[in-house]
Amino acid sequence: MQFVSRQKKLLPNSQTELYGQCLQFYGQPPLENIALSEFETFAVERLKLLKTVENLGVSYVKLSEQYKKKLDQEFKNLNFPYRADADDRKSQSGPSEIEKRRKDHISHFILRLAYCQTEDLRRWFIQQEVDLFRYRFSSLSSKQKLEFLHKNNLQYDAISVEEKKALQDKLVNSSYAVSGITVEDQDFYKVPFQDALDLVRTRKVYLKAGYVYIPHQDIVTIVLNDFRTRLSKALALTARSLPAVHSDERLQPLLNHLSHAYVGQDYSIQKNVGKISLEQIDSLSGKSFPLCMRQLHQALRENHHLRHGGRMQYGLFLKGIGLSLEQALQFWRSEFIRGKVDADKFDKAYAYSIRHMFGKEGKRTDYTPYSCMKVILSNPPSQGDHHGCPFRHSDPELLKQKLQFYKVSPSGISQILELVKGMHYQLACQKYFELTHNIEDITFSLNHPNQYFVESQKVLGGGKDIKREMDTTQRLQEKSGRGSTAAREAAAAANVSQHLAEMTEELDSFFQDA
Amino acid sequence: MEHVQKNYFQNREFSFTLKDDIYVRYQSFTTQNELEKEMQKMNPYKIDIGAIYSHRPNQHNTVKSGTFQALEKELVFDIDMTDYDDVRSCCSAADICCKCWTLMTIAIRILDRALREDFGFQHLLWVYSGRRGVHCWVCDEAARKLSVAARSAVAEYLSLVKGGEETVKKVVLTDPIHPFIRESLAVVERYFPKYALQEQDILSHRESVDKVLSLVPEDVRKELQQDFQNEKKPETRWKLLRDQATKKQATAKKGQYFEKEVMLQYCYPRLDVNVSKGVNHLLKSPFSVHPKTGRISVPINLKELDVFDPFAVPTISLICEELDRPRAGEDEEKSEESKDKENEKDAAERRKIRDYKRTSLAKYVKYFDQFLDAMARSWKGELLRKSDLQKEF
Repeated sequence: MQFVSRQKKLLPNSQTELYGQCLQFYGQPPLENIALSEFETFAVERLKLLKTVENLGVSYVKLSEQYKKKLDQEFKNLNFPYRADADDRKSQSGPSEIEKRRKDHISHFILRLAYCQTEDLRRWFIQQEVDLFRYRFSSLSSKQKLEFLHKNNLQYDAISVEEKKALQDKLVNSSYAVSGITVEDQDFYKVPFQDALDLVRTRKVYLKAGYVYIPHQDIVTIVLNDFRTRLSKALALTARSLPAVHSDERLQPLLNHLSHAYVGQDYSIQKNVGKISLEQIDSLSGKSFPLCMRQLHQALRENHHLRHGGRMQYGLFLKGIGLSLEQALQFWRSEFIRGKVDADKFDKAYAYSIRHMFGKEGKRTDYTPYSCMKVILSNPPSQGDHHGCPFRHSDPELLKQKLQFYKVSPSGISQILELVKGMHYQLACQKYFELTHNIEDITFSLNHPNQYFVESQKVLGGGKDIKREMDTTQRLQEKSGRGSTAAREAAAAANVSQHLAEMTEELDSFFQDA
Repeated sequence: MEHVQKNYFQNREFSFTLKDDIYVRYQSFTTQNELEKEMQKMNPYKIDIGAIYSHRPNQHNTVKSGTFQALEKELVFDIDMTDYDDVRSCCSAADICCKCWTLMTIAIRILDRALREDFGFQHLLWVYSGRRGVHCWVCDEAARKLSVAARSAVAEYLSLVKGGEETVKKVVLTDPIHPFIRESLAVVERYFPKYALQEQDILSHRESVDKVLSLVPEDVRKELQQDFQNEKKPETRWKLLRDQATKKQATAKKGQYFEKEVMLQYCYPRLDVNVSKGVNHLLKSPFSVHPKTGRISVPINLKELDVFDPFAVPTISLICEELDRPRAGEDEEKSEESKDKENEKDAAERRKIRDYKRTSLAKYVKYFDQFLDAMARSWKGELLRKSDLQKEF
């Protein structure tokens, strides 16, 4: 069955009508005038909210108690609407519910402008907005959920009572949440599997002849899918109208800064190229590599080979620490030749993909080293692979053995395993850092393997100089994006708007602390 | 095929791997003839088929950046025997034998059922890869139009064995057991006694027994290690293990399905999700020759699945040999036709088309034709349905 196409929303004649519901699909863009300062504030605050959503999503299971509590807090701090029932006109300090909803609406559309430009930005923005939506939808009562569905015209066919009875066993066995009572009490809807991919992917639903059978209570996943698809299409459309937006000089610097800020340091601009020699790599792998890269390096040395996933993850990391293309080619070649690959085959088959990594082939995109998020969440290792995050992907027993082999103390190992059990993979890696560098509390929040390397070198090198260099280059990267003309433009714009400059500094420090 | 959308063939990407490992992508052709001529000219070692694009692939550089994109592609699966190296004792890496081939039979049965009954797909073509695995081409229109996210969701739905070198226990089942897992287990159970207990011998020698026992809970492991000292017969050992599982299922809430987990870890299909999810991904063409073995990638008739023998698949040398054999009554035919030069060209064409029928490829081509006919009927049915709907207005 298909969606009934959305009815065109009538233009509201009052704000209360427009913002009558706490949650919305962001189908219609805001149609008012706002001050530039409000534009900036709204955008920055939503970005902070989305950043929090991202961090919480890695540290906690989504929608767990702790996750909800922390996110609730952030909503309060940033004045975003989170309680559907708060229609109270009671005087409280701060903005009213309607004002919060208006901010929610406007800030979403502003960030669309900043995040529609590239595939990576779009993917990040959609992911956080979907998680945000999921959280807010889950907080609605059943009645409110139904209201939302009706208001947004999501209609699917319900199956007959006879069909429900016939499928009862299968329905009960397909989902932990579905009992015999659920089947009797609730309507079940037949939805084409393409509209419920999350449920199909995790096998949480009964699938027959291309349709999934969903109880009313689970309709949220469908809603999320719909939200994601629509947002994705909307962003593609927004990208086309960007040139007009960018011609407005008031907006361009802020939008540029917003889209660079999300990524923080991505280690894509190579510094210290050639400062590391190939002979140092073995010892560096023991001292300054995070566990994932140490594991990959060891596997490479032992097997004289790595499969594609491992080559990508490790190869890009090496690029990030400063290996030049020539060094990289020499490194991989000399190792592979010791294995089953002869020099000719290497030059034909593998050299191409290394040059590809450095942006010298094909699309000529300069690939960026993988962040922890990427390593943990995408492309899990299978038989024969050594990539991934050992805290996430290794059997706890094997992880323990590995840590013992690397001479981590027994108490340290149990602390790490505790964190792994709680799914705090990056925190586990931070603990590994602390234990292997013999320091009590690290001052940074780990989210990138190359960051691990840089911080490790700092600790081992006692680096005041290194720190200064890092800070300058980091600020340069965030402010200038690509190339010096942009830096000059950004500087000029910053001079023009004092407020903007203050705001962006605040943003910088927010992300450095995060 | 008359009913196909125009430009379908012209916008299909092919790739050739030539001598010295030179790889050329974005090949496309206007007609079947052009494809044939190019193949004869370039003599590719490997021929791969990719997606249908928005423009002719061989002109993709002339298209405005961002507008050249893949529009449709068959949903494909690639099962490779190397991915089972940790659970087969007879061979490893690129080798296969009749003992481990059963893994492919199991994989095909499980995946074919799921793709048809769970996902509703009808036009599936299973092909022997030529060396160590099988491919599946799902050709339904709905399948061709699937997004990357949808393909990846389908592949993950079908994945049960997870983990790399660092993972010991690759299959973990929790309550409730999804109907898909139950159906798959039913298939595995049919083959398990002969395949695993006898042919692979997983419960005979110390080392293999240890591997199996590493997958069961510690308390059960200790008991079984004891019991196995007195019981050497693999079938009985397996029964002891199953009995332990039954006991645990009555009491425990976790880790109680270990006998199912063992069976699945040793037998359940291992597919490469990355192959299935890419819309740009290219896959070896059916009927092409495998460069390392010379075997033709022939389609597998599922009605004869249990007797399919990869070592009986024709090789290119065999085909050449069969083609060189003189046909009955050939000399008379030749003298008749050579009288008329125009007829000669037609006759050559007709002969070429009839020739394969004299070779071992005949039955495979016939099976492929049946597959195509079914698709054509489906397409015709779809067209009729659509035109009926239109008539109502």
